[in-house]
Amino acid sequence: MTRVRVLAGTRKGAFVLASDGGRRGWDVSGPHFGGWEVYHLKGSPADPQRIYASQHTGWFGQLIQRSDDGGATWRPVGNDFGYATEPGTHLWYDGTPRPWEFKRVWHLEPSPDDPDVAYAGVEDAALFRTGDGGATWTELTGLRTHESAPGWQPGAGGMCLHTIILDPAHAGRMFAAISAAGAFRSDDGGATWRPVNRGLRSAGTLPADEPEVGFCVHHVEMHPSRPGTLFMQKHWDVMRSDDAGETWREISGDLPSDFGFPVAVHAHEPDTIYVVPITSDSLHYPPGGRLRVYRSRSGGGEWQPLARGLPQDNCYVNVLRDAMAVDSLEPCGVYVGTTGGQVYASADAGDTWEPIVRDLPAVLSVEAQVLP
Amino acid sequence: MSPAVRVVLPAHLKNLARVHGEVSLCLAGCGEPVTRQQVLDALEAAYPVLRGTIRDRATGRRRAFIRFYACERDLSETAPDAPLPDQVASGAEPLLIVGAMAGG
Repeated sequence: MTRVRVLAGTRKGAFVLASDGGRRGWDVSGPHFGGWEVYHLKGSPADPQRIYASQHTGWFGQLIQRSDDGGATWRPVGNDFGYATEPGTHLWYDGTPRPWEFKRVWHLEPSPDDPDVAYAGVEDAALFRTGDGGATWTELTGLRTHESAPGWQPGAGGMCLHTIILDPAHAGRMFAAISAAGAFRSDDGGATWRPVNRGLRSAGTLPADEPEVGFCVHHVEMHPSRPGTLFMQKHWDVMRSDDAGETWREISGDLPSDFGFPVAVHAHEPDTIYVVPITSDSLHYPPGGRLRVYRSRSGGGEWQPLARGLPQDNCYVNVLRDAMAVDSLEPCGVYVGTTGGQVYASADAGDTWEPIVRDLPAVLSVEAQVLP
Repeated sequence: MSPAVRVVLPAHLKNLARVHGEVSLCLAGCGEPVTRQQVLDALEAAYPVLRGTIRDRATGRRRAFIRFYACERDLSETAPDAPLPDQVASGAEPLLIVGAMAGG
């Protein structure tokens, strides 16, 4: 029988939420790694029982945990994320040079083909790869040593590499996004990179109209059947590219606010996308205290609020960049985790929502797996 | 044979290392005096999962929120290769590895 597993990373541990294909009743296990921040955990598409988790605290630093039984048991694997070359400097918030310093792993992206291969996006921004199931991690230095890197500055949450997309149709092509440097593309398996930010704008916050880098990209998503199309939620603006990042155009359209963090793409409809509008860069909660996911069925521009089952009074939570996910069932399931500790599930592509859990620690990430 | 040095870990690190109570480390061959660096090297050799959790992986320095106490003294700012108190070296007193008080 088909089962669904939702992996929730929170400020105080990881939780595994499991249901059958109906996605109405849920079993909750956790906290795993109680008391530790779990920025992200994600299962391998090649082996859904293989899950990688990023475990961190300010006290004891970074660990990577690995499960080979779907999250029932875990063991720590390698946590040496040393930069492979002289780290150099980037710009600090005050504009002065600051040495690169590893802080934590924000995002884990397992390979679609090999459960022992995964990528890690870290703060201060760099990309690492493991080919041995997490035992060792090797930096792909081409991104951190890009000629623009000494001019990168951190976003409010740190200078994090938070998005990694592996193009299923073009061997060696991958995308990464960094706050607040922008989006980058590699066509050679991560050896070399170039910024792909043409068309992005941050009026009033950057000195030039169209700089090569400097954009606070919050998240980027791709539908695997249409790898040339990318959707981006930026600090402000929802953006779309139809040429693999070469150019971007705004698709914020009639959203009540185009500030937000996550963006997701429907599993079966590559032009159906989801965002969660937040009031502003200084008011990180939904407009009017009403939590609404917005769905566009036209690839952006025209948006429909989805509110049935979501709190519509006195709701002042946020949904962080990795805290929205879809499953691959029919109808498509959509999952949203909030900084208030709720994980909401929709089993009908967003039309209606129900809470799976209401009182977790602040949710940092949500990923969904469908198990045969 | 050198006496075992006793180390008390904070709760999260006990969980990681899957130990209960104190850790006893034999520093045979390290010579005298016993230093914090020797103790931490032995601790990480015995429990590799602790690498990077007490000392920064890149710099080897004490992580900012880690403190070292022994014999009712704060040894956090002493040099890593400074001798530990005789009572620690002899096993009479433990070296306490402490997660500093901070909210969250």
